[in-house]
Amino acid sequence: MIKAILVFNNHGKPRLSKFYQYFDESLQQQIIKETFQLVSKRDDNVCNFLEGGSLIGGSDYKLIYRHYATLYFVFCVDSSESELGILDLIQVFVETLDKCFENVCELDLIFHADAVHHILSELVMGGMVLQTNMNDIMARIEEQNKIVKQEAGISAAPARAVSAVKSMNIPQQIKDIKLPDLPQAIKDFKF
Amino acid sequence: MYPYYEQDWSVLPPENNRRFNPAFNMATIRQAFTEAVERVRMPTPTRLRDLIRQIRAARTAAEERAVVNKECAYIRSTFREEDSVWRCRNIAKLLYIHMLGYPAHFGQLECLKLTASTRFTDKRIGYLGAMLLLDERQDVHLLITNCLKNDLNSSTQFVVGLALCTLGAIASPEMARDLASEVERLMKSPNTYIRKKATLCAFRVIRRVPELMEIFLPATRSLLSEKNHGILITGVTLITEMCENSSDTLLHFKKDSGNREIVPNLVRILKNLILGGYSPEHDVSGVSDPFLQVKILRLLRILGHNDPDASEAMNDILAQVATNTETSKNVGNTILYETVLSIMDIRSEGGLRVLAVNILGRFLLNSDKNIRYVALNTLLRTVHADTSAVQRHRTTILECLKDPDVSIRRRAMELSFALINAQNIRTMTKELLLFLEKADAEFKAQCSSGMILAAERYSPNTRWHLDTQLSVLIAAGNYVRDDVVSSTIQLVSSSPVPEQTYITNRFWESLQVSNHCEDKQPLLQVAVWAIGEYGDLFMYGANEDEFERPTESDLIAVYHKFLTSAQVSTTSKQYALVSLAKLSTRLQQCVEEIQALITSFGSHLNVDLQQRGVEFTQLFGHYKHLRPPLLEKMPAMQISRISSQNGESGGSFDDNSPDVIENGVEGAGNGGGGHSLIESNMNTLGDNTNILLDLLGSTDLSAGGGGDLVAATDLSNSVHKKNSRNANDGGATSAPVSHNQDLLDLLDLDMSSTTNAAGPPTGVGGGGGGILALAIGDNNQTSAASANMNNILGGLDLSGFGSGLVDGSAASIPTNGNDLASMLGGLSGVSSTSAPLASAAAGNLIDGGNLLADLNPTAASNNAALVPPRGPKLTALDKDGLLVQLEPVWGPDCMRIYVTTTNSSDNTLDQYVLKAAVQKSFQLQLVTPSGSLLPPGGVITQEMRVVASSNATLRMRLRIQYLLDGKQQVEQTEVSGFPDQVPE
Repeated sequence: MIKAILVFNNHGKPRLSKFYQYFDESLQQQIIKETFQLVSKRDDNVCNFLEGGSLIGGSDYKLIYRHYATLYFVFCVDSSESELGILDLIQVFVETLDKCFENVCELDLIFHADAVHHILSELVMGGMVLQTNMNDIMARIEEQNKIVKQEAGISAAPARAVSAVKSMNIPQQIKDIKLPDLPQAIKDFKF
Repeated sequence: MYPYYEQDWSVLPPENNRRFNPAFNMATIRQAFTEAVERVRMPTPTRLRDLIRQIRAARTAAEERAVVNKECAYIRSTFREEDSVWRCRNIAKLLYIHMLGYPAHFGQLECLKLTASTRFTDKRIGYLGAMLLLDERQDVHLLITNCLKNDLNSSTQFVVGLALCTLGAIASPEMARDLASEVERLMKSPNTYIRKKATLCAFRVIRRVPELMEIFLPATRSLLSEKNHGILITGVTLITEMCENSSDTLLHFKKDSGNREIVPNLVRILKNLILGGYSPEHDVSGVSDPFLQVKILRLLRILGHNDPDASEAMNDILAQVATNTETSKNVGNTILYETVLSIMDIRSEGGLRVLAVNILGRFLLNSDKNIRYVALNTLLRTVHADTSAVQRHRTTILECLKDPDVSIRRRAMELSFALINAQNIRTMTKELLLFLEKADAEFKAQCSSGMILAAERYSPNTRWHLDTQLSVLIAAGNYVRDDVVSSTIQLVSSSPVPEQTYITNRFWESLQVSNHCEDKQPLLQVAVWAIGEYGDLFMYGANEDEFERPTESDLIAVYHKFLTSAQVSTTSKQYALVSLAKLSTRLQQCVEEIQALITSFGSHLNVDLQQRGVEFTQLFGHYKHLRPPLLEKMPAMQISRISSQNGESGGSFDDNSPDVIENGVEGAGNGGGGHSLIESNMNTLGDNTNILLDLLGSTDLSAGGGGDLVAATDLSNSVHKKNSRNANDGGATSAPVSHNQDLLDLLDLDMSSTTNAAGPPTGVGGGGGGILALAIGDNNQTSAASANMNNILGGLDLSGFGSGLVDGSAASIPTNGNDLASMLGGLSGVSSTSAPLASAAAGNLIDGGNLLADLNPTAASNNAALVPPRGPKLTALDKDGLLVQLEPVWGPDCMRIYVTTTNSSDNTLDQYVLKAAVQKSFQLQLVTPSGSLLPPGGVITQEMRVVASSNATLRMRLRIQYLLDGKQQVEQTEVSGFPDQVPE
């Protein structure tokens, strides 16, 4: 089972972090830091497997990672996953991202962090591989994006207007208008 | 009153004179108006994109923090205002902030509100937030369970998908229970998108609550006849989980009713995959859906494990996969790797196994490090099943030791240890030594311990073994674990004399290399131990190997060098001091230098070293005569180490063994050699009495040898046995009395002369000194009821010195007594102050018996469990003040009879001899008595062992001889009434 999927750049800035097992916020950050330290000091010509992350799991767990240009994709898995299989999975994930964003780069991941999450959730669910067929994943993502666009477009405008007006609470806002104390200001005029 | 009126207006130039500047005031008014209008209009929060830009524009961490904090504060305020229009945007921003590592848990409830929204956009972000932000709090989970339940029934497949995905990610046991039926329903949905997600969701539900497996069993039937690969892969995942979870389910799947057995089904799917030709949908660099293949192979492995029929059914397909898979790409190797694992795990044919091992051999030679890594990994898993196959790849594996990659080196090292056997130990050790020299710090400890273990198991001869240990110590330097030090010392001590001489010389040579003293302290420790122990052999023994010998003053100079070096650790110095003390009896000329060096430690800053300095100094002064016997050579230690770890485990010995060890050393944890020795003896024998035996053995004080030792062994029993609070109760205590007395005899510190007036009970007092001391000897330990071993050691030491004080001959000993042990064998003393000792000694003088009674309970309550069953005490003879009592004790294989002879007359009995005879159906063994002189009040103990070869009742005839005033006296008596059987 995949315990966590982490993406960070060469400086350790997290770009995606997804945990399939509960860790509290501070521990999550520690795990990311530790993983970065372990992974970043390895040369590019060594193997992609690493044992010894102390925070997540212990001896049964491995870090399996790939390094693409400025980004590290790290999967933390237990012994029930095939090491080589996970490497392939990372490849599929990255290729899918590449297709969705058209030449994916770090900036895409930064500005569309939520979209990356959505893509990932079509690929891996609850720590297990869900679907590895890229075309299928793409199709599902596009369908969902279409729904979102519809909701944001013209058809959704009336609903938005209504809700905006509803929440305006005009009397209160008029009351809140603070005008300078005119009489006082006038009084202050000294000719 | 006139806010715009400047008092010194006349001084100001006209443009600064705002007294008559209406425009200024108008500007203020206009600004106020604009602000008001802004408030009326809908405020637009920063867009996510803009926030990210702002954060990225921050040049320092502090700047970034400021931006984030500002935004967080704003988001919080919108949450408070229940702003539902921009909630989605705010949560999205919050999730970004969360990813950067800032706290974002305050958004949890807002996420839940979003999931309840009707818009898909909101739901999507809401569920994403829920997956990322939700913690394990019960109340939040309750809230989301409702949302999920609604959405699982939604008509939009993507909404259902979102809900399933969220449930799969954060299912708590309660949620799993509540929603399991919904998930089961969705598993039968006609929509493949929903079905595959539901299947994985079921997997997570089972993970959290295994009992729920039953619900999903029927729904799994159809999963494998599906065409869609998404469903197949999730289905196989679910079935794998179920099979791993319970053997019943595994059986259920194997014998699924009808013609849909699982193994042929899986084989069919796999066959279609590898032979089905190119399908663009599932192709990953030329291989058809490797993920599904891997999952199926994994499930086959579970199904075929220990099942000949199932294995038979999958042999063919495995062979096909192994031969038909294209291996130019990583994907192909993935499948091969999985196939090999499956072949190794099931009951596969011999030919198939050969094929698998050959594939691994190819893997090992692969240029891709990842492949090499998995090959080593797999070999490590299969090495125990098929060693010879793996042995063929030994040279390749040894090559991997030189790999630049840590992960590969680690695997190769582990595998190398698994491959060592009696035939290849020499070559393997050579390679591993090369590896050890260059290895990283993290490997050195593990590697050196592993090598020592291997050497212990397979060493061809002692000389080689000793050389290897030395090489390991040199190669691993300061990273050596303590177990290596102790095992080396053990090995040296149990080697024959020429080997001891040889290795001591080698140690000395290795110490000559510069920096070895500082960088290789374990080596230093072992070396000084050996030089101290075998100093006479080293300096003056036979020199067969033509070693260059140092002069005595050279030797002392080296000791002086590292004893005063700041880089040498305290533990090493402890070793060195003991060694030096021992050398003082081995060397012929330089005793004064040694004394000077030791004395200089009397004022050392380190308490332990100072104590040693002071105590050893005593051995050069008043107790000069004790020095040679005290510092005798230690007897050979037994080697049969159960555990390589530092003194854990070990027979019946309780958890307190580390305490014994750690108590004395400052900075406990780097237990010194002496400690480790005793420790390993504990492990070896698993019987606490033996430690005592060793301890005493190492003192070599016992004139009588074996018999005395056995009597001393009995001390621990008797100490344990002393349950009576009233020491004056002769019936209950006379036996322990004698044994304790015996111990004192053993230590050559006769205390009977001072206690004779009081007769047997005072004897108890003497013994009581021991037990009393054990109550005092280690202040920290008395509360621990089971700290018996520690206590006995402490007690032993104190009783020795305590009685010395009673004698009045050494009332000025400026140290606490319980460090006798440290002088004896390097066992560091339990550090207690001398004040308790003084009181102990005083107590001894005044009323040892009562003190015993008062202070004993700790000891008395210690170890009722260890008390061997004893029969009643039999009085064999009670005549003219001479009392002979027999106390039978049932041992595991024989009955031990402890004979206690006490003299309550005013005469001194000399040359006391007790002889015994039993019926022919018994075998009798008499152990040497504790002495042959019975002064008034004196006690002699002796042990007999009786082995019965039939069920006859034991009777014993005793003949007691002694000299009274130069005249031979003989007493004869017969004893019967021994208990027949071990009282259960």
